[in-house]
Amino acid sequence: MLAKRIIPCLDVADGRVVKGVNFVDLKDAGDPVELGERYYLEGADELVFLDITATVEKRKTVIDWVRRVADTIFIPFTVGGGISSLEAISNLLRAGADKVSLNSAAVRNPQLIREAAAAFGSQCIVIAVDAKRSGNQWKVFTGGGRFETERDALEWIEEAENLGAGEILLTSMDRDGTQVGYDLVLLKEVADRTRIPVIASGGAGSPEHLLSALREGEADAVLAASIFHYERYSIAEVKEFLSKEGVVVRQ
Amino acid sequence: MIVVVDYRAGNLYNVGNALKHLKADFSFSGDPGVVAKADKVILPGVGSARAAMTSLATQGLCDVIRGLKVPFLGICLGLQLLFERSEEDDTECLGILPGTIRRFDSELTKVPQIGWNQVAWRKEGLLDPFAGQIVSGIPEASYFYFVHSYYAPSNNGSTIGTTVYGEEYSSAVVSGNFLGLQFHPERSGEVGLELLRRFVVC
Repeated sequence: MLAKRIIPCLDVADGRVVKGVNFVDLKDAGDPVELGERYYLEGADELVFLDITATVEKRKTVIDWVRRVADTIFIPFTVGGGISSLEAISNLLRAGADKVSLNSAAVRNPQLIREAAAAFGSQCIVIAVDAKRSGNQWKVFTGGGRFETERDALEWIEEAENLGAGEILLTSMDRDGTQVGYDLVLLKEVADRTRIPVIASGGAGSPEHLLSALREGEADAVLAASIFHYERYSIAEVKEFLSKEGVVVRQ
Repeated sequence: MIVVVDYRAGNLYNVGNALKHLKADFSFSGDPGVVAKADKVILPGVGSARAAMTSLATQGLCDVIRGLKVPFLGICLGLQLLFERSEEDDTECLGILPGTIRRFDSELTKVPQIGWNQVAWRKEGLLDPFAGQIVSGIPEASYFYFVHSYYAPSNNGSTIGTTVYGEEYSSAVVSGNFLGLQFHPERSGEVGLELLRRFVVC
């Protein structure tokens, strides 16, 4: 039976992991390759690297560390952040990334999803959606959560799926960074409307939160950052907990 | 020398990364003359069956692959291409194995299957002189990484491993020197590397 996936997420700027890193026994706590390898060996099912480098010029270094990550870890990894062209996607895939995640550029130009899926296959096109509650709906935000758009998140996810997205990486901006748990209502709404896998993101603070996202939220995978970075829980501990609760995980 | 067939398939680089990690002697090539003289051949593949078959045909690789007598490993789409046909754009494939590749039923389950799933190894595979060297002793509970929308049905004579996703299908097949794995050993962590290592030394 297909296992639920546990996916640590690393934010990278200028080639260095920047958020929430507190590993004690690493030679270089900011190196995406070393951290990626650490999670790989601990039993992560996939990794997501979000490049939050501010300038286009500096973003060119991404290919370097993506190539080094691909040399080092033998599980799938996704690279996201600032990707806006077929050429950029091609370069990342050729460097060894298994998937790319598109966000703002796909909202600006939805046809990019269709073109990318046609060129590289839906399986490597993840659409990241930053959703924030607004009245009785969720609005899509772009630019790393800075810009509100007019788009309804549920409608956008349906459109992205129809255009050829392979997976949805769904972040609740209301919950992101709060560690009070994922937005289960949002997850369930999306699960009811999509036929492609949904990765839950935003709000994880404990293994119980991951369980709720997978069970009540019907997510296929859970993304988490701080609960792993600060070594409050190891990936093995989280998987053991989920397994005891009856969730199928790879151990 | 292992030749990884280069026909612009998506996961070429990561198959290479895994072989590099295993210190295997390998090269990428799309040249029929080079593939024909290889000691072993790996056919990777991500993407559509139609595009892959068109590339293989354009590069003059179809007959060369059909005629190989050396250990051969098809990965993911590389397994599917071994069969006669694929429902994906109704594509004629290499026809080394009988049968038709089908699409997962999106009424039953999410398509594509993305993630880690298990393989039930059949004794035909464990006892097979070629496949047995690769798969025997791999723990039953091991998980492998899958990404695919199409599958080989389980009721064909070449099946040596099955996986359940909505229904049971063939996740590993063998016929003579041709071995096919639907999952990605190069993306399946340490157990995947072990399978590749066994192919390298077989």
